[in-house]
Amino acid sequence: MDRPFAITLDVGTSRANHTGSWRIERPVYVDRLPPCNDACPAGENIQGWLYHAESGDYEAAWRTLVEENPLPAVMGRVCFHPCETACNRVQVDEAVGINAVERFLGDTALERGWSLPAPGPDTGHKVLVVGAGPAGLSAAYHLRRLGHAVRLVDSSPRLGGMLRYGIPAYRLPRAVLDAEIDRIVALGVEVVTQHPVLDIEAEQHACGADAVFLAVGAQLGKRVHIPAGDSTKVVDAVSFLHQVADDDPPLLGRRVVVYGGGDTAMDAARTARRLGATDAVIVYRRNRDKMPAHPEEVEQALGEGVTVRWLSTVERFEGGRLVLERMRLTPDGLPEPTGEYDELDADALVLALGQDTDLSLLEGAGAVTVSNGVVEVGLQMMTTQPGIFAGGDVAPSDRTATVAVGHGKHAARGIDAFLRTETPAGPERHALASFDRLNTWYYADAPRTRRPELELVRRQTNFEEVVHGLTEDNALFEARRCLSCGNCFECDNCFGVCPDNAVIKLGPGERYAFNYDFCKGCGICASECPCGAIEMVPERI
Amino acid sequence: MSETRVHFYQVGSFAVGNRLLSADERTVQSDRRRTNSIDSGHRACQGCGEALGARYALDAAMQATGGQLVAVNATGCLEVFSTPFPETSWQIPWLHSLFGNAPAVATGVAAAMRVKGRDQVRVVGQAGDGGTVDIGFGTLSGMFERNDDVLFICYDNEGYMNTGVQRSAATPPAARTATTDAVGPEPGNPFGQGKDLPRIAMAHGIPYVATATVADLHDLERKVERAMSFHGARYLHVFVPCPLGWGAASSETIHLARLAKETGIFPVYEAEYGEVTGVTKIRRPAPVTEYLRLQRRYAHLFGHPGRPDVVARLQAMADANIARYGLLATEEDE
Repeated sequence: MDRPFAITLDVGTSRANHTGSWRIERPVYVDRLPPCNDACPAGENIQGWLYHAESGDYEAAWRTLVEENPLPAVMGRVCFHPCETACNRVQVDEAVGINAVERFLGDTALERGWSLPAPGPDTGHKVLVVGAGPAGLSAAYHLRRLGHAVRLVDSSPRLGGMLRYGIPAYRLPRAVLDAEIDRIVALGVEVVTQHPVLDIEAEQHACGADAVFLAVGAQLGKRVHIPAGDSTKVVDAVSFLHQVADDDPPLLGRRVVVYGGGDTAMDAARTARRLGATDAVIVYRRNRDKMPAHPEEVEQALGEGVTVRWLSTVERFEGGRLVLERMRLTPDGLPEPTGEYDELDADALVLALGQDTDLSLLEGAGAVTVSNGVVEVGLQMMTTQPGIFAGGDVAPSDRTATVAVGHGKHAARGIDAFLRTETPAGPERHALASFDRLNTWYYADAPRTRRPELELVRRQTNFEEVVHGLTEDNALFEARRCLSCGNCFECDNCFGVCPDNAVIKLGPGERYAFNYDFCKGCGICASECPCGAIEMVPERI
Repeated sequence: MSETRVHFYQVGSFAVGNRLLSADERTVQSDRRRTNSIDSGHRACQGCGEALGARYALDAAMQATGGQLVAVNATGCLEVFSTPFPETSWQIPWLHSLFGNAPAVATGVAAAMRVKGRDQVRVVGQAGDGGTVDIGFGTLSGMFERNDDVLFICYDNEGYMNTGVQRSAATPPAARTATTDAVGPEPGNPFGQGKDLPRIAMAHGIPYVATATVADLHDLERKVERAMSFHGARYLHVFVPCPLGWGAASSETIHLARLAKETGIFPVYEAEYGEVTGVTKIRRPAPVTEYLRLQRRYAHLFGHPGRPDVVARLQAMADANIARYGLLATEEDE
């Protein structure tokens, strides 16, 4: 070789020096479970659909959403959004308005007429779904997608269950409910209304179904004995709301007292206000801290002029006069009577003391275990009788529409596994993307966008929707507040901060890879990843 | 109802890139076609702030000059770890001569280019803090005085690191180095010494002087681009943490640079013709202890009994910076 004077080596690039051999820890890209997804009873991939919404691709966002939940416009209104309670952004400023964005996506889908994914190839199996509430509708949808024929029966004239007959129209407009139900039915669901099922096994044999999903809900309002005179009007909240939904509201008078402290009590009191009650008073035996109703519902009820008698129970109701006993809380938070009494003028008393299930249709199915008024179910929502599944309010869980939607999905997957005689795969869950894994420096400061509410005066007298949706600008803004906890959103930080150029950028949607030939394992990428999607793993030496 | 129309992205202005940003709003570093002026395989320590700072600055300069760039390097970590003969990590024209003469060599390169009629080729001189504030100080001051057409970049890691962590005139007070032991009534580097080179550069009245850190890439790249828009002598002082010399975890390099800025210990600003024209405000104020505690060179200030009096003096220095440059955000900034 012809080299200059005193030079004995050829010039080469430092790429010959594989500094990866210095490493004692290696960075690895991971996907962690965002707390919103973890908290969602319907098992939605919230971070996943917000990712699409952030870029303004609302259709892709909606399609990701309906992978899990076919009722986004409904749930965007009635869900109590445990996702937002769990949201890591709470610790930065305020939770992301996930529920509002869900509603925006649901409404946009209805507006633009996007249709649900097509049913799967026919399997030849048939499933009977009893009850067309959120659990039954969700199960019907997921079963159709898995290719099973579905017969959906309900005792009421219209589908929707408690979504229609329990939730007042000012919270869930019927046009929205109808549209989302129609979209599920359009997947080829055989619907039979006004068909009360009296014996589940007989019904199954009659229609030749291979499996059954029982989701009849909890339709019976709990009653307590309250001494009442002949002329007094005592109704239960479930029947009251059902009658209002049927456009046949009972005449309750001007002074309505609602007994109970749950969401149904709030619905009943607010509905009474809209029907013309000048006084809508809730009587509740404990204090506000102990009230089971969701704080937003309580806030809205109080804002509409509903008043509450805290720490009171109804003793008797005679001649337009209600006798209340004052209570006090024991140190354990339980109410105990004080022996002191108050009086309250009332034209009607509405009992909102919880609901019971009517499971008489199970009497023929001896192997199904029922305890404490609910049906025992396993992980895949199967009862103790193979082939019979149950979910929604008849199964032991929180009684919310979102839980019911989740039950419907799990049951559909369980039924699918049962019909294929496969062992259902246990759900694979990533480790939680907790707040301490985030590097919040990188996120822009942005307070939450609020949904506008109907002015008070208007909403006291009509059933117009109280909470309005977000505009597109606001929905986009809100979606972009998502921290994308535990899931790479391609911010290029790892690619930029590596002192050794050992991160390879694979291009839009493809994320990144490490070049372990040169990665020295310094860990800067992991500590500067905003969303905690890089983990340092000890090298095996 | 009032509409909030905000140009807002999850991480728009802080992270390196963002899939939602338009190409011209992204950093040079987010681009797959960036120069990678200093390539993989260099022998800098794990988590080296200087390797990172040099790539950030030179890639931005390459972008600003359309690739018409020559870099001159003083002796120091950057030179040692990038060019152990016969290997080189440099993917741009690069020269090294001596420890103390980088500004003079850069001046010479610029003059040669001018003589050859290649005025479009721009020159960057670079050195660590030792090569800038101590050993190369005389030639640098001369380069400033003559207003030679060179951007000189100092990567400040506050000491002579590759020779074994000795004190330089950029080492902060109270820091332990191999030559300023943490013993006696005034442990570590003494107070009242050292040079504030950005201010000395400003005193020369040169067209552009700026400080930056490796923690704020958008700011650093903007300043390089701004510097390349001037002709004449320009000076950029980049704060680059040194995990080895400071006794910090290698993963903390950027975090430390961010804390140096957020505590006021390292003021980030720019100046034209000797006047400050802009400061980067503190976004999340933090006490100096948050910064100091992460580094073993300050370990003697903590524990029992510790030296709260010394910590208080360091806090006072940070507060003085905050006051001098107006680093706290006011209502108008928000």
